Amino acid sequence: MTTTATTPQTQTLVRIEDLQVHFPVMQGLIFQRQVGSIKAVDGITFDVRQGETLGLVGESGCGKSTTGKAILQLERPTGGKVYFEETELTAAKGESLRQQRREMQMIFQDPYASLNPRMTVGSIVGEPLEVHGLATGKEKRDRVAELLHIVGLNPKFITRYPHEFSGGQRQRIVIARALAVNPKFIVADEPIAALDVSIQAQVVNLMQKLQDELGLTYLFIAHDLSVVRHISDRVAVMYLGKVVELADRVALYENPLHPYTQALLSAVPIPDPTIEAKRERIILEGDVPSPTNPPQGCRFHTRCPVAIEACRYAPEPEFKDAGDGHFVACHLVH
Amino acid sequence: MPLLDVKHLQTRFYTGEGVVHAVNDVSFHVNDQETVGIVGESGSGKSMTMLSVMRLIPQPPGKITQGEVMFEGQDLLQLSLPAIRRLRGNRISMIFQDPMTSLNPVLTVEKQLTESIRVHMKLDKVAARDRAIELLEHVGIPAARDRIRNYPHQFSGGMRQRVMIAMGLACDPKLLIADEPTTALDVTIQAQIVELVKRLKEELNMAVIWITHDLSLLASLADRILVMYAGQIVESAPLDQLYANPRHPYTLGLLQSIPRLDEAQKAELKPVDGMPPDLMDYPQGCPFAARCPYVIDRCHTEDPTLEPVSDRPNHAVACWVKPNGAAVLETARAIAH
Ligand SMILES: Nc1ncnc2c1ncn2[C@@H]1O[C@H](COP(=O)(O)OP(=O)(O)OP(=O)(O)O)[C@@H](O)[C@H]1O
Ligand SMILES: Nc1ncnc2c1ncn2[C@@H]1O[C@H](COP(=O)(O)OP(=O)(O)OP(=O)(O)O)[C@@H](O)[C@H]1O
Ligand code: SF4
Ligand code: SF4
Ligand SMILES: [Mg+2]
Ligand SMILES: [Mg+2]
Repeated sequence: MTTTATTPQTQTLVRIEDLQVHFPVMQGLIFQRQVGSIKAVDGITFDVRQGETLGLVGESGCGKSTTGKAILQLERPTGGKVYFEETELTAAKGESLRQQRREMQMIFQDPYASLNPRMTVGSIVGEPLEVHGLATGKEKRDRVAELLHIVGLNPKFITRYPHEFSGGQRQRIVIARALAVNPKFIVADEPIAALDVSIQAQVVNLMQKLQDELGLTYLFIAHDLSVVRHISDRVAVMYLGKVVELADRVALYENPLHPYTQALLSAVPIPDPTIEAKRERIILEGDVPSPTNPPQGCRFHTRCPVAIEACRYAPEPEFKDAGDGHFVACHLVH
Repeated sequence: MPLLDVKHLQTRFYTGEGVVHAVNDVSFHVNDQETVGIVGESGSGKSMTMLSVMRLIPQPPGKITQGEVMFEGQDLLQLSLPAIRRLRGNRISMIFQDPMTSLNPVLTVEKQLTESIRVHMKLDKVAARDRAIELLEHVGIPAARDRIRNYPHQFSGGMRQRVMIAMGLACDPKLLIADEPTTALDVTIQAQIVELVKRLKEELNMAVIWITHDLSLLASLADRILVMYAGQIVESAPLDQLYANPRHPYTLGLLQSIPRLDEAQKAELKPVDGMPPDLMDYPQGCPFAARCPYVIDRCHTEDPTLEPVSDRPNHAVACWVKPNGAAVLETARAIAH
């Protein structure tokens, strides 16, 4: 168990300022011209604190993965700044960026797609050690064996191939590989979504154990709000390219302030029929609008059950602290 | 008499590498207007069970090797192919996880919907079109009269699933089988679809079988739940019993391994260790034995069959030990607080 929820750690590890990632939409067969842009991430600001797990939730296509990639500069932002410790990553290039990248790793959603099927477990986990010139030969083999041990895999598996493993074991391999370079910060993009329910808990426990032992900081991206509640210290909720609410885990789940967060939480089923029978669901109408052309005003107004006239034409609500570090972007919350 | 009564169903796949024991001696029933949830992890045989019921198993390599599927007084496994085809999409319909695989991408929604209405309900073109529009409105497609001319890709994921449901309902089925209809969708859209099916079920007086790997989802939806593991039904219980007093170690393990939205503590989760058996190398004895914390000697040699729990006629479990799930959950809750 970590204690970050009770002893606030205020030291910032990653700072994101007005981050923006717009993808161009091109048209024309020979003469390509830009006709618009997909506003995948549209100006978000938050900190990730040293040693915490920050959960990032929201519906498909709201920009979670793009945010994760943009922080690590795997996708170059089209606007805004990202700081890692003292360094501005958005200004870093070449060797200095490569050095910084060692400190930050990403775990991708699908353990089947993210492992090269023709490489042995040993070379998969050992590769980052070579790329960063950290270890070779016996030293590398020892380190790989140690890493496999850390993630709870038998070091004998070193010569096996990914297809010989189950989903949960493959995700362990992915985690071992991410840990190889001793990172401080890990962006875990839906690390358990592709796993069976009975296996998910194994990986969640492993990630928490590693955090305690190695002092890791996580950005944990997921759409399963129950898992996020379990693992996170603070939680950020995204909608259509914006973070609409960010708060301490307890505050967010027990006192959600943004109408979208309230609807999202009320939609999550609870495995208890007596509780379910008493629950009032907020059913949102319609679908998420296109990120190419987000609604004017508050971008949630087309689905918001409590929207007022002003939500449609007033400038977009500011993302601001409603008290005790509980950030919300809604005209009705002060 | 139940609407659907399945007895000792067994389905195998004969592949180059070996025989897959996909469905193993499965027996269950569904009453008129009842909602039965089937829950189990990937590969546990949920889809193959229902595809066997519908006689939709790809054959070869698949083969229904044993069993009886009684529906409205006739054994579906004995019906001729034309007879079973008349039944499918008419008395029984099935909707699938990914609407794109069952909707034809090059035909408009109108074409696909009216087609099956005309065949099954013997309506003319105009009447079939009116019925199709009515159905789309019923499942909540705005501007149905215009949207009916669209192709599937012009709809969002949630809307496509609504179109699928409309197709499933086209002929007033007695039984709707929904195979993970919301797995690919976001929670807010999932909640829309769940509400929709609940409403339609009431209005249309049909029975529903809802397949999912998400035990939480069924808590607001099902009357009764079947838990599948390694191609077997290991527990069958009324809704409240299954969550409050599960008697199979696997059900108990599942309930304890999932974090709950209404539980705050950041303690360790309790995973079910290990993984499911290889269905091509089916274990002797109880298929859960390798992962079971309650295992006894007998479990390794004898496979328990689904039998009623003594004091509860509607609650059946396939386990030699039948631990007291209520007490275990109670203790765990007490420790957490
Ligand atoms: N390389 C790209 N080029 C163009 N558009 C992109 C690209 N990557 C992502 N997008 C678009 O940006 C938006 C945000 O995508 P992103 O993958 O970040 O969403 P997400 O929140 O991770 O969704 P999911 O939960 O489905 O993984 C989507 O509309 C997506 O289609
Ligand atoms: N065509 C096939 N050939 C061989 N084996 C098959 C075939 N189709 C299914 N199986 C096997 O049958 C077993 C049961 O599969 P089924 O699709 O019913 O699982 P499921 O419970 O629906 O899983 P999921 O949640 O992933 O949909 C699996 O082990 C699967 O690999
Ligand atoms: S600003 Fe208006 S539309 Fe936006 S979330 Fe608040 S109430 Fe709803
Ligand atoms: S029969 Fe034995 S191994 Fe199987 S679930 Fe019961 S106790 Fe566990
Ligand atoms: Mg993503
Ligand atoms: Mg299936």
